[in-house]
Amino acid sequence: MPLLEVDGLRTYFRTPAGLAKAVDDVSLDVEEGEIRAIVGESGCGKSVLSLSILRLLPQPPAFHAGGEIRFGGRDLLKVSQSEIRHIRGNEISMIFQEPMSALNPVFTIGHQLTEVYRVHRGVDARSARRQAVEMLTLVGVPAPEARLREYPFQLSGGMRQRVMIAMALACRPKLLIADEPTTALDVTIQAQILDLMRDLRESLGTAIILITHDLGVVAEMADRVSVMYAGRVAESAEVEALFDRTLHPYTRGLMHAVPSMAGDRAQSRLTEIGGVVPNLTDLPEGCRFEPRCPLAVAYCRKKEPPLETYEGAHMAACWRAGDA
Amino acid sequence: MARFFLRRLRHTVFVLFAISLISFFFIHLSGDPVMLMLPADASAEQIEAMRERLGFDDPLHVQYLRFLGGVLTGDLGNSLYYHVPVMELVLDRLPASLELALAAMAVALLVAIPVGVLSAVKRGSLIDFGSMLGALFGLSMPHFWLGIMMMLLFSVTLGWLPTSGRGTLAHLVMPATALGVSLMAMFARLTRSVMLEVLSLDYVRTARAKGLSEALVIGQHAFKNALIPIVTVAGMEFGFLLGGTVVIETVFGWPGLGRLVVEAIFNRDYPLVQASVLVLAMIFVLVNLAVDLIYGCLDPQIRVFDEGEMK
Repeated sequence: MPLLEVDGLRTYFRTPAGLAKAVDDVSLDVEEGEIRAIVGESGCGKSVLSLSILRLLPQPPAFHAGGEIRFGGRDLLKVSQSEIRHIRGNEISMIFQEPMSALNPVFTIGHQLTEVYRVHRGVDARSARRQAVEMLTLVGVPAPEARLREYPFQLSGGMRQRVMIAMALACRPKLLIADEPTTALDVTIQAQILDLMRDLRESLGTAIILITHDLGVVAEMADRVSVMYAGRVAESAEVEALFDRTLHPYTRGLMHAVPSMAGDRAQSRLTEIGGVVPNLTDLPEGCRFEPRCPLAVAYCRKKEPPLETYEGAHMAACWRAGDA
Repeated sequence: MARFFLRRLRHTVFVLFAISLISFFFIHLSGDPVMLMLPADASAEQIEAMRERLGFDDPLHVQYLRFLGGVLTGDLGNSLYYHVPVMELVLDRLPASLELALAAMAVALLVAIPVGVLSAVKRGSLIDFGSMLGALFGLSMPHFWLGIMMMLLFSVTLGWLPTSGRGTLAHLVMPATALGVSLMAMFARLTRSVMLEVLSLDYVRTARAKGLSEALVIGQHAFKNALIPIVTVAGMEFGFLLGGTVVIETVFGWPGLGRLVVEAIFNRDYPLVQASVLVLAMIFVLVNLAVDLIYGCLDPQIRVFDEGEMK
């Protein structure tokens, strides 16, 4: 049984412009200890999906219009407030894109870190402090004792993200949701943070949902990947399979938009995907990618393609899946 | 902290000097006090003699230096109207003004902060709508009218509270409430909007993602950040409360500074006006100093930078 199963999830927003279907019938699962990437452009619903898992979206305007999120035999969308609080930070943790704004500016690192132990483990201040120092050491923060007395603004971006990871992994959760964890960091720091996450996956056995728009990060980190477009899964596969052979024209477009380091001099210019992401309150009737798709045919405009399985576990939602 | 304090103290001296200068010259624009002190048919010689006796015939800068010397020795002269030392008059009224301002501020904050927080948390609910409507009433109601209405109800009809004067807690209730209501409304709206902003920030989401209870998320993580602007505004409003309560002091016969100053201005009682303005300004500056010190406690960035300077 997978660790986490998202099944037909629909997360909608009531907006003045109408109903925005940010996540619209998305299914995916996460196995224990695996790194599962979710990739897509801004506004494709990947962050909304990740926030839906821990019910962190403000409701209203957000609401769950359908589906289930199964974790440890429970539907996370149905459990009580106190139960979801018990799961947050304890069984499932989350780290965010901006490590500066994600830490509270007026409390010390020590306060924010020990708080997790006090709330979930009910330990006294001294024991929480000792465990906090251990955790900071584990994520590679130098001089952890001194760091506990400092405030977020006294740390660099990379250190802050390490602190966020320490906070998230404090209670040894089974699943870590990392929403663009390196986007706001310098390139060298990005690599360090990604290495750290991979090491911690090995040593602690934490499964990771890695939200990113960076296919390079996906190739380097993930076991499996789902490509999202306009609130839906466009393609889903093991990482090797996806980079081997893309089935969905959107995925192909994403790959061509990434500069390649290895040879391939012929491709001197990057190709962009023409057009823009459709408005989530006013989606096309057929395939959501059809207006931007180089392979689109008349039928694509009529009916939305379902997510279908091709070779092995490789899935794609496209009427012309695999056509060059 | 000590260095911060000294730097602020230097500021304070400069500000007080500027205020003494401005208040001195402005009150001299109001007209000649001697004209009010003597009967209308006084002769030119009599007027001249009076001016000479009071030192008003000296050039303005000489008068100002004399006043400044008085400030340094603590002797600000006698009131032209009451004929007693002005500092005595001012210090006699000051406790009443402080008491009223503190009480009004306490009434306002004790109600406004919980209401504002609740409105923000329950945004769009009936509670939010109701309290913001109430706040609008509170802001638009003239406080003298509210004072008179309260007096009619609680003193005249019900006979629960004394109509005027100072002394017991019962005397304080109505003026403090009448004065506090508009502040309460303003602070409720301020608290609500600041809390709404803070609650939408990333670190509040982090606090929730850690599994903290809503009480901790709102009461600790959000509220401590929201307090910074609230303290700023409270400090400024407190200064205004000290001197700007003339109307309420008049309605409730409250022996505060506000009334004293206004009367002194009408009487062209120069020394009294100058002394009152100086004392009010000094308190205003001190309150601001206190606000800055509270900042240091609330916002580590200010505190830590300052400690860094001392090293």
